[in-house]
Amino acid sequence: MTAWTRRHVLATADWSRDEIELVLQQGEAMLEVLARPIRRTPALRGRTVVLFFQEASTRTRISFELAAKALSADTTMITASGSSIEKGETLLDTVRTLEALGAEIVVMRHSAAGAAQFVADRIASAVINAGDGWHAHPTQGLLDALTLRTALGALEGRRVVIVGDVLHSRVARSDIHTLVPLGAEITLSGPPTLVPSAWRCGQLPAGVRYEEDADRALDGADAVIALRLQRERMEAGLLPSLREYAMAWGLTEARVARMRPGAPVLHPGPMNEGIEIDAAVAHGPRSLIERQVTNGVAVRMALLHLLAGTPAAEAAA
Amino acid sequence: MAVVLGPDDVRRAVARIAHEIVERNGDPSRIALVGIRSRGDILAARLRDAVRANEGVELPLGALDITLYRDDLTRIGHAPIVRTTEIGFPVDDRIVVLVDDVLFTGRTIRAAMDALVDFGRPRAIRLAVLVDRGHRELPIRADHVGKNVPTQPSDDVRVHFTEADGRDEVELVKVEVAV
Repeated sequence: MTAWTRRHVLATADWSRDEIELVLQQGEAMLEVLARPIRRTPALRGRTVVLFFQEASTRTRISFELAAKALSADTTMITASGSSIEKGETLLDTVRTLEALGAEIVVMRHSAAGAAQFVADRIASAVINAGDGWHAHPTQGLLDALTLRTALGALEGRRVVIVGDVLHSRVARSDIHTLVPLGAEITLSGPPTLVPSAWRCGQLPAGVRYEEDADRALDGADAVIALRLQRERMEAGLLPSLREYAMAWGLTEARVARMRPGAPVLHPGPMNEGIEIDAAVAHGPRSLIERQVTNGVAVRMALLHLLAGTPAAEAAA
Repeated sequence: MAVVLGPDDVRRAVARIAHEIVERNGDPSRIALVGIRSRGDILAARLRDAVRANEGVELPLGALDITLYRDDLTRIGHAPIVRTTEIGFPVDDRIVVLVDDVLFTGRTIRAAMDALVDFGRPRAIRLAVLVDRGHRELPIRADHVGKNVPTQPSDDVRVHFTEADGRDEVELVKVEVAV
């Protein structure tokens, strides 16, 4: 099996298939831990994980916290409001303070793309990117891959549709960077104003195609991932109305029925029910949205454990 | 390099330990076997087969990975790989026989006991090993031993099982330590 040598988890864009497979396989082992009567192991006892969330998050933050706790790590939470960030402290100064306080692993979410890389280049702690602007959300890509692989088996040749606001979505990018190396074929669907113009014009990454029409995109597909539609997009004039969006791209029961029988539905949350996904679909038999939550904890446990066992000096060499 | 157990020795040791486990622990319906990955699980499966053949009783069989319970995560110098643990029966009030290939410092067994009690409260935990090579660092001893093999701490004891390695054999490899 491939040896793990990474010091940080910033984006999966440059990961090999073996690295992705390793994390998924470790995530499966962690799922067993989460199914035990006592969901806690002592692996990271005495180690400190800092959760530094400059941007709002509920499920990713809690997921990382549960993952760290299931490994017995000490966790500290820093959010933008109520910290010195409000007083104008720079990102680098905040993170240096965290390091001085003994953080061995910093899990960070930030509104600026590249923020995690910026920090990783400047401190000794390991950094896990929990979402940076439109850039990447690597743990979401990995948990979606784990969820799809559990539901579908090998992803080779499987057709996965990603519907919604692809342009502003770090989830879409990380899903592509995780699922394509595993052999999945991605079809993007969404309003042309919410798809990167190069992609819309046919200059797509390998393994990815764009189909504006959601019904055509979903015909015979093996799975669909709905993206959250942020209301700000409509205010920015990128969408005529939420209702119109829901009519054309919302996942209704009739629309998901175009996929192969039983093909699963994923959503990274939080959902706008009735807009990008109907309640009947979100809570219906095809929905794996709750599985995604559990798998998210497992994948994050896997990454924390891999990083905690990777010595800084060796990885830097 | 010396062969300390050949295929026939391994077969006899497994047969004897299987008899001992039932003899010492009484009612087989209370006994369960849990092998420590990645050789103890093979040995545990053989013990289950032997007990089935001798007694007509199927002992519950589990496999335990102790990676998350190790005390040397920061010392081993590489990210350890977690393998799945499978304990598909309640351990409460059972006599659980932990099974491993080699007993050395005792640290693996300490980790395995910590892991096992996270699954419940066994009536008792016993230990069966194919080879006891000495040099304990913790107050741990085995209840069932295939063979005691005197070793130097620097030596390497390599256990091979047909299921994983194509042959049944235990080798003692002398490793010269530079002084």
